Order: sequence, then structure tokens, then C-alpha cells
Amino acid sequence: MTVIIQKVKNLSIGFKSKKGEEILILKNITTNIKKGETVGIVGESGSGKSTLALAMMGYVKHGLYTIGGECEFNSSNLLNMKSKDLEKIRGRKIAMIPQNAGQALTPNLKIGYQIDEALQLHSDLNEKEREKKISELLNKVRLPSPETIALRYPHELSGGQQQRVAVAMALAGTPDLLLLDEPTTGLDVTTQAHVLELLNFIAKDTGTSMVYVSHDLGAIAQVSDRIIVMYSGEIVLEGPSRDILKKPIHPYTHGLLKSIPKLSLAGLPESMPGSQPQPGTIQGGCSFFDRCNFSEEKCKNNSPELEFLKEFNTSVRCFNYEKLLKEGEINQNVNKIKNNSQDKEILNLSDISISYAKQKLLDQIFNRITDDNPTVKDININIKKGETIALVGESGSGKSTILKSIAGLLRTKDGLIRFEESRNLSSDLKERNPNDLRIIQLIFQNPDESLNPNHTVEEIIAQPLKLYFGLKGEELKKNIIDLLQKVRLGEFYISRYPRQLSGGEKQRVAVARAFAAKPDIILCDEVTSALDVSVQAAVLNLLQQLKEDFGTTYIFVSHDLAVVRAISDRVAVLYQGRLCEVGPSNDVYKFPSHPYTEVLLGAVLEPDPDIKPKLVAEDIVEEKPPEKGCSFQGRCSRIVGDICKKEIPPWQLTDSGNAIRCHIPIKELQKEQFK
Amino acid sequence: MLFLIIKRILLGLITLFIVSLITFVGTEILPGDACTTYLERQAFGEQLEACYRRLGLNIPAYERYVSWAVNAIQGDFGYSLSGEMPIKEVLGPRIKNSLVLASVAIFIGIPIALILGIVTALWRDKLPDVAISTVTIFAMTIPEFISATLLILIIAIWLEWLPGIVIVPTDVSFFELLPNIILPVIAIAMIMTAHMARMVRSSVIQVMASEYVQMAILKGVPYWKMVFKHVLPNALLPAINVVALTIAWLLGGVVVTEVVFNYPGLGRLVIESISNRDLPTVQALAIILASIYVSINLLADLMTLMLNPRLKTLQIRK
Repeated sequence: MTVIIQKVKNLSIGFKSKKGEEILILKNITTNIKKGETVGIVGESGSGKSTLALAMMGYVKHGLYTIGGECEFNSSNLLNMKSKDLEKIRGRKIAMIPQNAGQALTPNLKIGYQIDEALQLHSDLNEKEREKKISELLNKVRLPSPETIALRYPHELSGGQQQRVAVAMALAGTPDLLLLDEPTTGLDVTTQAHVLELLNFIAKDTGTSMVYVSHDLGAIAQVSDRIIVMYSGEIVLEGPSRDILKKPIHPYTHGLLKSIPKLSLAGLPESMPGSQPQPGTIQGGCSFFDRCNFSEEKCKNNSPELEFLKEFNTSVRCFNYEKLLKEGEINQNVNKIKNNSQDKEILNLSDISISYAKQKLLDQIFNRITDDNPTVKDININIKKGETIALVGESGSGKSTILKSIAGLLRTKDGLIRFEESRNLSSDLKERNPNDLRIIQLIFQNPDESLNPNHTVEEIIAQPLKLYFGLKGEELKKNIIDLLQKVRLGEFYISRYPRQLSGGEKQRVAVARAFAAKPDIILCDEVTSALDVSVQAAVLNLLQQLKEDFGTTYIFVSHDLAVVRAISDRVAVLYQGRLCEVGPSNDVYKFPSHPYTEVLLGAVLEPDPDIKPKLVAEDIVEEKPPEKGCSFQGRCSRIVGDICKKEIPPWQLTDSGNAIRCHIPIKELQKEQFK
Repeated sequence: MLFLIIKRILLGLITLFIVSLITFVGTEILPGDACTTYLERQAFGEQLEACYRRLGLNIPAYERYVSWAVNAIQGDFGYSLSGEMPIKEVLGPRIKNSLVLASVAIFIGIPIALILGIVTALWRDKLPDVAISTVTIFAMTIPEFISATLLILIIAIWLEWLPGIVIVPTDVSFFELLPNIILPVIAIAMIMTAHMARMVRSSVIQVMASEYVQMAILKGVPYWKMVFKHVLPNALLPAINVVALTIAWLLGGVVVTEVVFNYPGLGRLVIESISNRDLPTVQALAIILASIYVSINLLADLMTLMLNPRLKTLQIRK
């Protein structure tokens, strides 16, 4: 007999718009959470998934209110409970692990106190016992030396450690239900895999039910038994995890899974059109109608009900799910990207070192940088015209730092940036002439911040056109409309402001602005990270198309290794500002490779319950690169001896032209990794 | 940490040096000088020469600056022109009076401001907030010369409860002074409290909206415990600097209120010595007011540093 822990019944939550209309964030949600199961709630930003998780704790954010329905826990409705009674449930029966532990831990209170607070509230232990319990909890979440960690302030810990503290805090009350709101989203790939592994262990160990909210199907696939897919405030699909991920019978999930790049597949996946509608804009009919490949006339005006299919133990909200049932297991098509690289070299980085150390007075006077152990060191990369080279690595690996130097935003300590074999570019923006500035353009991670909110799309795109080509009047306008069409935006976007655009549309405008300068090289800094999953593939496809049309060279920085796999011709792997491996993507993604690449690739989470991450190295955060020897010595599981600590490893070439910097001979690496 | 404190103190001293230089140069390049002002129509020939000799104005400017600065460091600002008495003696009681006025205003105003700010933030958009916010915004917008004059009109003239202006000797004792300062304190405290309450309100609201407060609620922390442990320590940190600026303003800058109430404080002395062209006193005042600003801000920065664990460890690491 399965015990139901929480019942969500016909829950609707919304807000009043300025015009006084009631706008729904959650529409009539009904679902049950059973004892001991882990339920994944997946959806894009704005799908209502976080609102639903918070409602399960009886918490409704400022500005929102419950329109109808209930969240039943122990046969009482949390949504109309008095706050006195809620205090006894929150943290004790139901606990939350927040998305961003760095923001969710109170900055002025020590770690130990924050856990102790939960223990004081939710247990009868005395002070001595509590102290012991804090150590136990910190041990359980695998934090080193619990006694010293307890005395630290939140900002003194790394992101992964903060997240572990949040887990420990949630476990303090031994809750029956754990709600996890994107608990690994802000973390590095390797840390993310470790935290997920810990959560899986805890779920098994304590038998706690979990609700895991995320936009990341990869993470959801690793933890959940059952998946709920949300789209604009509705449950569109709910069922056993494996079925949902392998044979999704709702068009949205189907399209989404097809559009996510996979490590095992080189090439760009098909993209989904459009983006999720804003709350309150749907006029009746199916909310997915505009983007659906299976839609019919009746979908336009009638909205489908959530239908329970007993034989599959699945609920689906679609009139045409049978068509998808017939399709069976999902079959991902990818378009192999054309390798446009020519033999001509376009950019050469030689011996680049970059230092963030504060300059001493004397150095400031002589305008020089002295630092024996700079953040980025000895970067040698030769970039061919028309290729896409990706820089990958965890946060702190120096990938964005190198981009900034190429753009001239950050002075280098040593080294040369050479353009087209002949021209040296200064790393100081002020010393570059307008043409040097034009040939290299940047696209930033977050278009919300990189587009001026007070400028219309026209003004945004006009700036490079006016600046570099002096265009005016009709000609200027014609060029702007041309560019908008190139990024698949209609002419009518010209008078819009960034706030009137969706995330994907904003990023398209940013792309158009970069291409307006007719650059030779475009630096892409995490261009898809801020976008929703369903929009990501469309932007990647657009970038690839534009590259083929214009012969542009991309230097692509991303933490998402599957995205890099999809779009890049060549990959450079960085650790602590030092190159580990450079080579054609196909070879880097195949073993044998540098031990760090092995760690990175092993930690990638695929939206497939059958592919488990391999955790090779410890997840330690190093603050500074080591002074001597191999940059990866601190975390490497294949250290061969003192030589790794003393000497910088030599470059070794594989047969396929992959360069690896390691003391272990290639042949032996191969043996080790194929074991 | 120690290094940082020393560095901040040195910077403060440099600021003071620059201020003294600017006031000195400023008084130098103004047309006319102490003697022409003092002697008025007799400012020519033998008398003027004698005056220059007496005040030492015949020696080069930089030498005068050095000797003035050396004396000033020892607390000797020379002689005032009008009263022909040491500036030290003029300043002493004035500083004391200003201190009395400021500290009474601070001791009454700051607690009230904190309470009002916190109450309005916690009951945001509810009746207490709407009521208090209306009053504070009103109090903020009325200039002090109007509120002060109204206070005199209503409380001193119509109701005859308190004296309307302060008619006491400059060196009066504290307890004799006290009944006289009630009206000036109200006039000053109104604006100051309103400003600070608004500041505290927005700061508390910002922290209340933070993720860590939401986390504390979801952890089951009771409301008032959450307010005192998780909200206020973080919300009031930024208030320290604002309080410091207000104190500095109170000590040196409540010129208008002091003039309206005829209060013998530093602010009125500034007005008096400027209109009398008593340049040595003006110089001394400039330096003293600058020192007050510099030292109070320094104190506030150090306090923030001590109370904010984030800043503390950052500095130690570097």
C-alpha cells in the first residue's frame, strides 16, 4: 500500500494584473506525492514549477495569491493554515533545499548557528547533543572537517559547499518530504554530479520523499522515479521517469528532448519554434498550440484535459497523443555541422598570460604587471578562419578571462594576439583602431544586461552600423531590417524595446548587433546559458547558419559540454587558466584524453536514465593554480609521481591530431581509460 | 585589519590637509583682507601697516600657512578679529552647545527613526505603513525654517509653553540650557528622523525580499525570531553610514535652525564670522567641521567593517 504524503488538489495560484484581470500562474494542478518516491518537476522559467513547489510548503510569494484548490499534508490544507502551525511543519515535516545556497544562507550568521537553529526548532536535543548532531549532519553531506566549517560564515565556502550546507540544514529536522528547487543549477558540472549523487544517497538512506524541481532534464533524469512536465502553469505530462524520457507522448516534451544536444551526438539538434507564452496571453485553446507540430484545428479553440492512461500509468494533456504513441522511442536527428575552417590563420594567441593580481605602486608607475603565478598562463592557440573553437572548463578556468583579453577588455601580462598572421592586436582597448575593434565582436551571456533597456531594437542595431560604416537614413534602416531578417525576426520588431521581447528574441537582437559590424571573429560568451532549453537549439542553429553564410570565426565559451559538442569544430580544455588539451571535438570527446577532460565529460548529466555520470575525481575547489608542475595535480586521480608536482607536463600528440598535456604517455592513458 | 585602519586614518589626515589648504588659499585670494575689513575707512597708511604687522600679514603667505598649521595642530587657532580673544575660547562653548543639541536630537531621533522604519517595513502597504509614511514624507519635505517658525508660532507664541528663542549666555550650564533646546531639537529631529526612517524602511524591505529570509521562513523560524536574527542585522548595516552622515550634519551644519532659534552653536558662529569677515575664525571652523566629518565617517566605516563578517574576512585574506 503506498502512502500518499502530499495531495495537491485543483490548485490555482495567480495574481491581479494592473487592469484588474486575474492572471493564472498555476492552473488547476492535481497530483500526489507518495512516500519514498522522488518526483521531478520539469519546465522552463515561467512554467510555474517553483510556485508549485513553494505551495507544497504552504508558501505563496508576495504578490501572488491562491485562487482555488488545496495542498493537503497530513489531511490539513497548508494553504489556509495559521503561520503558527506552519512553523511546526516547515523544516520539520517538509524542508526546502533552495536553488542558490549562496543567497539563501543568511550572511551574518555562522554555518553552525544556521543548522543549530533548525535543530533547536525541530528537535528536543540539548546543547551538547545538538553540537554532536551538527557534526554528524555536516559529515553526512560530506563536508571536510565539520568542526571548522561550522564556525565559518556562508561566504567563506565554495558554491558546492554552500549547497551541501543547505542540504544539511534541510536534513536537520528529519523531514518526510524534501523540496528541491533547482538545487544544482548554479554549480559546476563536476560539483553538480557530486551533489546529485549525494541527494540520491540521502533519498535511499532516509527514505525521504523528494520533489525535485529543475529546468534541466539531465539532472531530473538522474534522480527521479516519476516526472511531471509543466508548461505555462499546467501539467502537460506526468508519468514514470523512464517512459517520459524515452517515449514522451506529449508534443512539448517530445520536441524538447529532441532539441537538447547530447554528448554522444555531434551536430546540431532540431530546434523547437517559438517560446513559451507569457502568463495571461493564452486566449483559450491548447497553450502549446503555436509551437506544436501535431496540432489540428480543434486544438486552437479547445483546451485538452489531462487524461490518465491506465496502461502506461501516465497522464497526458493532448488530443493527439496517439500519434506520438505510435512513434515509440525518441529518435534524435542532428544536422552535422559543416566544418568551414580554411587553412588560413585568423587569430593566433601566443604565450598569453593574464593576471588579476593587484598591481603594486611601483608597477603602476612603470605600467607593468608582475605576477609569478598569473591566473591564466601560457595560452597558445592558433585559430583558423571559419572555424568554431570552444573553450571549456569549470568556473575559474579562465575561459571568459581569455575572451576578455581577445576583445581588448583586459590587459594581458605577456604574450601576443596576432590577427591574420601579420597584425598584432594590443590587449588594451584604447590602443586599438576602429577597424581592429570592428573585426572582433562579442555576444554576451545575458541579453537582459547586454542590451540597453532604453533603446529600441532599431537603435541597438544601428549603433555599430553608424559607428563603423557611417550609414544614415534609408540605407541604415534597410541594413537594420536586413539584419533582423537574418536572425529571423520580422520587420515590426524594429520599434520594440528589449523588455517587450522574449529571452530568445533578445539574444537574436544581440546576435544581429554583433553581425552588424561585419566582424571576422565573434566571441560567444555562454550565449545559450541564460536561455530556456526549448529556445537554446534555435539560437545554436541560427549561429551556425550565420557562420556558414558569412564565413565568420567563432570563439565559443560554454560550461555546457553537450552544447559545445554540438556546435564546435575544435575544443580547448582549460583548468586553472592552463591548457590541458586542444583538439578536434570528435577526438576530444572520445577517449583517450587528458585526465581532466575525462573528469569533465564523466560528470555531464544526460537526459537519459540509463547513462549515469562517472565521478572520477574529488570535487575540490582550488583557489589558485599550483605554483609548480601540472595545473591539475590537486585533483588528478592518475598522478604518476613527483614529476606531476614539479614539472609542467609536455604536449603530446595523438594520431588524430589531438594535443594533450600530461606526463602519462598517450598509450598508457588509453589503457587506463578503457578499463 | 590594522593596516587598513592606519591607511584610513592617513587618508583622513590627507583630506584634512587639503581642506586646510583650500580654506587658506580661499581666504588669501578673496579681495581685501582682515585688516582692510577691520579698519574699514581708516585702512590706509600707517594704521594699515601697523595692523599688518600686528596680525603678521606682512610675511609671505606660505610661511603664514606653516606657522598657522603648526599652531592649529596644537589647538591654537590664533585670535579672532572681532572680539580680539583667542579663537580657542570662542569655539569651546560653541562646540559644547552644538554637541548638546546634536546629542539630544540623536538620542531621541535615532531610536524613533529605527522603530518607525522597521514598523513601516514589516507592515508594508498596511495601515501603519501608510499612516507613518505619509507623515514622514510630509516631515521630510517641509524645510526646517518653516517648521521651526511654525513651532515658535504655535508652541511659544500661541500656547506660551516654551521660550521661542534661546536667550542665554554662550557658556551656560547644561541644565539651564535644556528647556531652551526642546523646540530646536524637535525642528531638527523631524527632518532627520524622517530621512532615516525612510532609509531604514527601504533597507529592511530589501532584506525581507531576499532569498535567505524566504529560506528562514521555509525553515520554520518564528516570525519575530526571523526579524531579529535574519533581517535586522543585515538591514541595519548600511544604515550605519547614513547615521554617521546625519550626526556630522547635526554637529556642524544645522545653521538655519540655530539662526531661527538664536541658538549659540557652531552653525550660527559660521554665519556670524562670515558676515564679520572674521577670516581666522572661518578658517578654524572649516578645519573643525572637516575633522568632524572625517572622523565620524571613519568611525562608521570601521564599525561596518567590524560588524560585517563578509568584509572582515575579505580584508584579512588580502
